[in-house]
Amino acid sequence: MSEYTAEGGHGAVPTEGVEGASGTPRRGWPLYEVFVRGKRGLNHVHVGSLHAADDEMALHHARDLYTRRNEGVSIWVVQAQDITASSPDEKDPFFAPSADKVYRHPTFYAIPEDVPHL
Amino acid sequence: MDETALAAHFDATIAGDQRIEPRDWMPEAYRKTLVRQIAQHAHSEIIGMQPEGNWIRRAPSLRRKAILLAKVQDEAGHGMYLYAAAETLGVDREELTEKLIANRQKYSSIFNYPTLSYADVGVIGWLVDGAAICNQVPLCRCSYGPYARAMVRICKEESFHQRQGYELLLAMVNGTDAQREMVQESTNRFWWPSLMMFGPPDGDSPNTQQSMAWGIKRHTNDELRQRFVDMTVPQAEALGVTLPDPGLGWNAERGSYDFSEPDWAEFKAVISGSGPCNAQRLAQRRRAHEDGAWVREAAQAYAEKRGRTEAAA
Repeated sequence: MSEYTAEGGHGAVPTEGVEGASGTPRRGWPLYEVFVRGKRGLNHVHVGSLHAADDEMALHHARDLYTRRNEGVSIWVVQAQDITASSPDEKDPFFAPSADKVYRHPTFYAIPEDVPHL
Repeated sequence: MDETALAAHFDATIAGDQRIEPRDWMPEAYRKTLVRQIAQHAHSEIIGMQPEGNWIRRAPSLRRKAILLAKVQDEAGHGMYLYAAAETLGVDREELTEKLIANRQKYSSIFNYPTLSYADVGVIGWLVDGAAICNQVPLCRCSYGPYARAMVRICKEESFHQRQGYELLLAMVNGTDAQREMVQESTNRFWWPSLMMFGPPDGDSPNTQQSMAWGIKRHTNDELRQRFVDMTVPQAEALGVTLPDPGLGWNAERGSYDFSEPDWAEFKAVISGSGPCNAQRLAQRRRAHEDGAWVREAAQAYAEKRGRTEAAA
C-alpha cells in the first residue's frame, strides 16, 4: 500500500495512479487577485485569488470568500493579467540599487549618544 | 542561470527554511507533488460538504442549522483557497474539477463514510476536524508560500469547526440516555476512519521522506496519529465516551497512549473506491457541476455583452 499518503489536511489520499494537470489554461472566467484592507489605517494586502465573469462579480465573490469573519473593511479586485510584476527572486538584480544605498537608512548616521530625541 | 545553479538556489532556499513563491524556479517533481497534493486537498474540502450538508435541513434547531450552514460554507471556502493556491502552480481550476468528477484525482477516504445520525455532525467536528487540524497546523509552515498561507486561513476556521462539534456532543451527552447512545454509536463508527486519515504507517509511506526533505511535510504519519490520539483521549473522557479500542492505554514510559493498528485493508478498499459512499459522493459532485453549467455560461454571456456595450459607448 505504498501508494497512499496522508498529505493534505483532510487525510489520506493516493499518490500514484493520480493524474496531475496539463497546465493548459482554458477559456473560462478570468482570474482575479484579491486585496483586503483589514481595518482603517492599514494597507490593502493580497489575500488570494478567485474567478469571476466580471469585476462586480469578483467583488461579491471576494466578499463571500475572503471576509466571512470581518476580515476587511475594503476590497480591491484586479484581473491577474493586468498586474505587472518584477522578477520574483528577492536577490534579483532588479532590487540591487536599493541594497547599496545604505545612506537611506537612519542607522547609517552616527550621532553622539548624549544628543536627545534623534 | 543554468539548471544546476537554479537547483542549488532552490535547495538553499529550502535549507534556509525560506518560502518558495509562485514564479520561483522549482524542480518539476516538487511542482507535481504540490499540484497533486493541493488539488486532492481542495477536492476533499469540496466533497467534505456532503456528509454534513446531509443534516442541514434536519438540524434540530435554528441555532444548530445556522452553525451547520456556516460550517459547510467554510468548507467550500477552504476548497476555493486551495484551488487558488494550486493555480499559482500553473494549473487550471476547471481542469482539476473535471479530473475529480471523472474519478482521475482523489479526495480523502474519510468522506466516503455515511452520516447516519445527527450525532455524526458533532463527531465529525470533534474527530474528523480534530484530525484535520493535526495534519494542517504543520502545513502552515509548508515550504510553498501560497499553500502555507491558505493553510493559515483554514486553520483559523477549523478551530470553530472542532469546537462547535464538541459543544454539540456535550449538549447530547448531558441529554437523554438515547442521545448518549447516539454519541457513543457515532464515535464507534468514526474513530478508526479518523485514525486512517493520517495515512499508512511510516514504514509503508516512502513518499514521506522526500516531502519532508522539501519542507512540504513536517511530521511523519505516525507522529501525527500519535499526537491526535494523545489529544483526543482526555476529550473523550470529558464527554464520557468510550473510544472503541481495547488496546488503548497510557504508556508512562513513552508519555503517550498506546493504541491498536487500524484496519489497513479497509483503508485501502475505501480509498480505492469501495467505500460505502464513493459512488454517491462523486455522482453528487458531478451533478452539481453539470447543473451549474448554465449559470456559468449565462454570467459569461452577460459579461461579454456588457463588455461590448461599454466598448461601443
